[in-house]
Parts: sequence; structure tokens; C-alpha cells
Amino acid sequence: MGAPLIGVLALQGAFREHQRALEACGASTRLVRLPEDLEGLDGLVIPGGESTTMIALMRRMGLLEPVREAVERGLPTLGTCAGMIVLARRITDGLPDQESLAALDITVRRNGYGRQVDSFETELEVRDLEGGPFPGVFIRAPLVLDPGNAQVLASHQGRPVAVRQGRVMALAFHPELSGDLRLHREFLELVEGARAA
Amino acid sequence: MSETNGNGVVKGTFRVKSGHAEMLKGGVIMDVVTPEHARIAEEAGACAVMALERVPADIRKEGGVARMSDPALIKSIMDAVTIPVMAKCRIGHTVEAQILQALGVDYVDESEVLTPADEEYHIDKWAFTVPFVCGCRDLGEALRRIAEGAAMIRTKGEAGTGNIVEATRHLRAVNRSIRRLAGMSYAELVHEAKELGAPVELLAECQRLGRLPVVTFVAGGIATPADAAWMMQLGADGIFVGSGIFKSEDPLKRAKAIVAATTYYDKPEILAEVSAGLGQPMRGLELRSIPQEELLAGRGW
Repeated sequence: MGAPLIGVLALQGAFREHQRALEACGASTRLVRLPEDLEGLDGLVIPGGESTTMIALMRRMGLLEPVREAVERGLPTLGTCAGMIVLARRITDGLPDQESLAALDITVRRNGYGRQVDSFETELEVRDLEGGPFPGVFIRAPLVLDPGNAQVLASHQGRPVAVRQGRVMALAFHPELSGDLRLHREFLELVEGARAA
Repeated sequence: MSETNGNGVVKGTFRVKSGHAEMLKGGVIMDVVTPEHARIAEEAGACAVMALERVPADIRKEGGVARMSDPALIKSIMDAVTIPVMAKCRIGHTVEAQILQALGVDYVDESEVLTPADEEYHIDKWAFTVPFVCGCRDLGEALRRIAEGAAMIRTKGEAGTGNIVEATRHLRAVNRSIRRLAGMSYAELVHEAKELGAPVELLAECQRLGRLPVVTFVAGGIATPADAAWMMQLGADGIFVGSGIFKSEDPLKRAKAIVAATTYYDKPEILAEVSAGLGQPMRGLELRSIPQEELLAGRGW
């Protein structure tokens, strides 16, 4: 098998940083802006940005259903920050009719750690991750109120900040801004596992 | 200024300030003057709003001293939407910025659209936890602002005109100066730093990156989806639209179209589709019709 092809949802936000991190780990990447860009992907990353902007554009461009179906069919998916919100089943403090992919059985509160002046950095202990603590960069991050059936991989002050359910991983923070590639590698292992299955 | 608490949590680092700008990329930041405007902007897909009392076109028309907006208005806009809210302070007016930080705005724009409070110095932005965006017309101005702690840059354009020509000029000027750096030796960079009035370390970083070291939006004169896409094709990271939306005939429709055009800037078929039937854009001003002393871009140094 050659390098996996990872799609990065490129409607708005920090998609180039994910693209760079994935390529530094040896993956091929494709920016996803239209339904046909989903063809033949081995994995998908939903980046940080504004979740309301991303969902509005996904809905308008007919991308919401195809992405939902792809994730449901088992496409390995990583969501960071806004990406976590887009994947969550339940969103509090969102727009009244805020849709999501509902692919992860978690409840999140948008901007749950406060406004930008409360954005922070801290070190995180991530389950089974070798090489010491992971640099957590939290920017107007979503707060996971309830992880539901998802497995918690890391917590901060008693709240989950990294979760996984099946082939879907979601992080409240920004590994793409940290310069540490370990969680991207972790995701690519999940992708390899799915390709081998 | 970053603050550390006892639990190994650090706030206000340059990484979280500039990182917030990274999250705005590919998006549209819209000027709004009421909570109702802010909700329209959010519905249209704005990645943030700029809360102010008057859009630049009205500031230009009404004249007088333009100051920071009423905190009560800014607060009402912050309460109306879930997306980030920015607000403007006057160039050099440290106390207006302190007030905006205390209000909890997500970004402060030290803006030439308001009347400058200091004709020598800009604000020391390192002293703040809230991040700042500042305007520039060229590379030297951009790097001086970054040296003062700006975590995001926007080219100035000429606000309130609905005329893209100055935005084009300023973005091209920044790009051209960065391209010139390629291949310069360190001694040549030192000379260039003197010429531009910018720190050599930041010039060296631009040379290494081939771009500014922080997220760079454009502002001042964007009135149509085509304008937004044009700026993105020239290499902008995202778009500020001031008067262009709420001075047009159908703000929601136009706002949605500009958001889509910013994402699909290199897809002319989509641009054609979203540009159709938007109603009248803001009327706009020919630059030569504006007296030299009323141009806003010349404010800030």
C-alpha cells in the first residue's frame, strides 16, 4: 500500500496547518471543498475554525450529507476544536438550529472555556502516547460536557479533551499548531488499521 | 502579556493570540453596528464580526472625531452571537484597548478608521492578553506592528469607499517586498531593514517563510464576491468587509455570497453563481474624488 490519502476539509480555518502536519508524517493530502473531493479518501480531517461558518458552507454546497455518509460508512476522521463540534451529537450554546454530523456520541459546549482572553496552553497526558506530555493549545475551545460512549484519551481539569469512538477521533485543542506530530501519527495509524481491515 | 496560574495553564501567549487568527483564515469578518446585524452576519457564515457604532462609510460622511464604540453596544453584540467579536480602538490609545480587553472582546483592531490618539507611537500590544490586529500599507508598516506585538495584520485599503483599488495596491506592495527578500544575504537584509524601518529579525523570518509571520487579511473597499475572491487569489488569508455588506441592498444575500466567494475563490463557475441577483452593491467612491487629508490609510506610521 502506498501513502494514505487524507482529505482535509478546507472551507474555512486552519486547514493548511493540518495538511503540512499530515505530509510531514508521510501522508498524501487533498483539500476537500466539494462533494467529489471525497472520492477515494482513506481518512478525513475536520480542522479548527468557526463551526458555524463550516456548517453553513457544507449545507449550502451540498457537502453535509456526503460527509455524514462517508463518516458513517467508517471513513477514519479526526476533528480538532471546531472539527470536534462539527462531529458532536449534541451541541449546547450553538445556534438554535446548528446542525452537525452527529458522528460522535459526545455533548459539547461551544467556547466552553470562555472567550479569547481565556485561551490557554497546558501540558496534557494522553493515554498510551509515548514521549511524555503533549503540548495542548486551546483557542476558544469547546468543552466536552459528556463523553457519552466515546473513549476518553486525555482530560484537562477533569473534563475530556481528547476522545475516540470507533474510527472517529476528536480533540478540543490544536495539535496542528503545536509542532508535535504524535497525534497526527496516531490518527494515521488508525487510518492504516482501517485500510488493512 | 501571558499569565501563568498554579496549574500549568498559561494564557495570552503569542501562540494562542496568533493561533486564533489562524482559525479565522479563509473567512470573512464583517462590520456590524447592531445585534441584529451581528446575527445576520453569523447566519451568513461570517467567521467573526467587528462591533462598531458606525461603518466606515458613515464615519467618512459624518466627519468629527471617531472613537472607540460604546461598551454597552459592544456588549450587546457579544451577547447576540457565538462567533468571535472584535472591536476597534484608536491608534495609540492604550486605555481604549484596556477597556476592550476588560469587556472580553476576542480581538482588538488598532484602527486608522478611528481618529488617531497618538501621532508618534502605536500601542505596546505585548502588554495585553487580548490579541491585536493592525493595518498596514506596506511591509515595513506590517513588521513594525508585529514588532509591537500585533498577532494579525490586515492591509488597509481605503475603508468606506467600496473601491478595491487601494486594497489591491497594499496587498501587492506587501507581496512584492517579500518576494524581493528571496536570495538576499544577511548584510543585504540589514540594509533592507534600514530602508523599510523594520526589525531585521522579522525581515529574516519573512525571507524564510516567503510571507508575513502572522495571518494577513485584507480590508478597505471590498464590496462584491468578486472583490473578495480577487484578494484571495492575490494571496490574502481572509477578508474584512466593512461598509460593503450593510450599505448594500440585500445584506444577508450579499454576505452569504462573499463568504462563499472567499472559500471558492478559484472556482469561477461558483463565483458566477453566487454573484448573480444580489441587488445593488454599496455605491462607492472614486479615490480621486476624496481630498488627500480625508484618506484614512495614511493614518498610522
